Amino acid sequence: MIEAKVSDILNRYARDESSLIAVLQDLQEEYSYLPREALEQISKEMNVPLSRILSLATFFKAFSLKPKGKHPINVCLGTACHVRGAQLILEKFERELGIKTGETTQDLLFSLEAVRCLGCCGLAPVVMVGEEVHGKVTQTKVPAIIKKYKK
Amino acid sequence: MAVEKEKLYRVHLMVCAGTGCVSNHAFEIKEALEKEIKRRGLEKEVKVVTTGCNGFCERGPLMVVQPGNIFYQMLTVKDIPYLVEEHLLKGRPVKKLMYQPPEEKTPVPVLSEINFFKKQVLVALRNRGLIDPEKIEDYIARDGYKALVKALTQMTPEEIIHEVTISGLRGRGGAGFPTGLKWQLVRNAISPDNEKYLVCNGDEGDPGAFMDRSILEADPHSVIEGMLIGAKAIGATQGFIYVRNEYPLAVKRILIALDQARYYGLLGHDILGTGFDFDIRVVRGAGAFVCGEETALLASIEGRLGEPRPRPPYPAEKGLWGKPTCINNVETWANIPVIIDRGGKWFASIGTATSKGTKVFSIVGKINNTGLVEVPMGITLREIIYDIGGGIPGGKKFKAVQTGGPSGGCIPAELINLPIDYESLTAAGSMMGSGGMVVMDEDTCMVDVARYFLSFTQDESCGKCTPCREGTKAMLDILTRITEGKGTEEDLGLLEELADTIKEASLCGLGKTAPNPVLTTLRYFRDEYIAHIQDKKCPAHVCRSLNVYKIDPQICFEKGHGCDVCRRNCATDAIIGSKGEAHKIDQTKCIKCGVCFDVCHFGAVKVE
Repeated sequence: MIEAKVSDILNRYARDESSLIAVLQDLQEEYSYLPREALEQISKEMNVPLSRILSLATFFKAFSLKPKGKHPINVCLGTACHVRGAQLILEKFERELGIKTGETTQDLLFSLEAVRCLGCCGLAPVVMVGEEVHGKVTQTKVPAIIKKYKK
Repeated sequence: MAVEKEKLYRVHLMVCAGTGCVSNHAFEIKEALEKEIKRRGLEKEVKVVTTGCNGFCERGPLMVVQPGNIFYQMLTVKDIPYLVEEHLLKGRPVKKLMYQPPEEKTPVPVLSEINFFKKQVLVALRNRGLIDPEKIEDYIARDGYKALVKALTQMTPEEIIHEVTISGLRGRGGAGFPTGLKWQLVRNAISPDNEKYLVCNGDEGDPGAFMDRSILEADPHSVIEGMLIGAKAIGATQGFIYVRNEYPLAVKRILIALDQARYYGLLGHDILGTGFDFDIRVVRGAGAFVCGEETALLASIEGRLGEPRPRPPYPAEKGLWGKPTCINNVETWANIPVIIDRGGKWFASIGTATSKGTKVFSIVGKINNTGLVEVPMGITLREIIYDIGGGIPGGKKFKAVQTGGPSGGCIPAELINLPIDYESLTAAGSMMGSGGMVVMDEDTCMVDVARYFLSFTQDESCGKCTPCREGTKAMLDILTRITEGKGTEEDLGLLEELADTIKEASLCGLGKTAPNPVLTTLRYFRDEYIAHIQDKKCPAHVCRSLNVYKIDPQICFEKGHGCDVCRRNCATDAIIGSKGEAHKIDQTKCIKCGVCFDVCHFGAVKVE
């Protein structure tokens, strides 16, 4: 199954090294992480050492080697959000979900990340769950946001 | 792709679909409008258009009615039937949905009369709110690609470069390098196989800045047209637009725009029948702040680790795959078509002696009118903060404004009359950067802000060179110590010493500028550092280790009648007391999250 998907992604690009990051991005989008066997296949088919692929996968923040939750929660810690109390919002999420930043809940429903500026500073503090942006978040609004995605 | 023949409508409703308004349910507003228009049988007369970011994000969701330029704000789905009936059927604009300045009694109906918009001069953002970014026809109707026709059919490369040079345009991404000069360097550079590249840097990483996102989302063709003109000037055959990973909508709109431009023969082979070939590829960033640095960005386009390399050689000589490469940022490219169309002299007539034209700023943080504005260079900080920004919310005192992102610095309230241009900002210890302005009030702690930026640069340092990797970590450790009340006076000297070394010895711009937020806060707000070190106090009550939350029993009992809201919201059961009696905080359990302070309606919770 993974093998066919990876071939499909590889076919979208010229099989040279300049496409490597784009291939990994598509893979990340497909599985919300980079499965080891997929990386091995890419290494073989693109004729790139696995170590080089892993160096990219660990350098760029967009990539994850571990599976993510169904609803990735990204709490913005950009400057505008910071001065409006974003750190406290992040900690509230940690307490409510019972996980630390960078971790995923056991039921694989949520993973929590801190990000640097989502570019909607007018709504600070901002939290993004999946593709949905929540603006002007307060600590007291956090439980309701989580509840919305639990259904 | 078929070209849709545009029908004519009596009224256009321009609904803002920028990221801010979308998260405020702009698409639901659009649907409600379309439904109501249909129900009223107006679908042949009235058209709903979704536009890019209007700029006045604070007041979203927004809509502008054309003709008339009537500005509606903070709309809800419930308002729509009434709005359609009153404004569109009866011709009576709805006052209660218009913007009313806090200090005035009557609303301001027309967009251009609202203070937020009044002082703005739109060049890079010329089409904002006026076109559908997914329609090339809309862009063309606003004189789009006119400058390209002029550049391809009536001008030589030298004439194009000359026009950009006399315009005085400088790079809008941060460093402010003269654009005309950069183009000349790439034009002069020799490439063995005549390959030259052009890159649009859309890796907008500075927290607090979102103008490039807004331009790419609201007016992608302005960037494409700018790049086409640049390609003709320097002799490039292939362009790249590098867009930040966090901006999926920008990627989508750029891809649509590129397809449309190719369909119309504005991109690809033999453009407009002039024999000129040029195409553009989109490259998505993968989440690394350092990739905004040009050599790191180029490495990342080549599929390598986004690590910077020493310059020279500059990309103008040896860039992508070793070929001469011209890199400009999104806003710079968006200015080019206007400069070619209206002339470099016209552009140079705006602004100051050394900083020409306009600049887009995002004003965010502790300010009433957050949003995106484009103003002439040389405008004072006061005009931006008070006239356009509407001052500080809640009657608080303005303390500082942070410009230039993690590379910039904090400008104190005393410098409120500072003209905003490249030189004045640098002289004040900060920099123009990409144009983010984060406003801070009396409740912002400047030591915490400095620590915040160092934690950012420390986190984003790629680790290649030691001064940046280890130096920022050492500075962060000291700043953290100070915010925890464990700092000593020697720490300040040590910070300054480390800052000098990092600035001097780092490989790229990230490290060279990382100490700036610390240096400017030490220069203008040294007393706050001293308060943390000597008195073990955070004057703004931000540094949590130094805060103690207490409940005033008298206020809690007499005014709040022991309402119990604080206890119910406390995450750690640190509040003792039951309904009807004065409450108390158990300091051993308190984690200082401040929720009790936020939820108390009676001001009984105090921070010391």
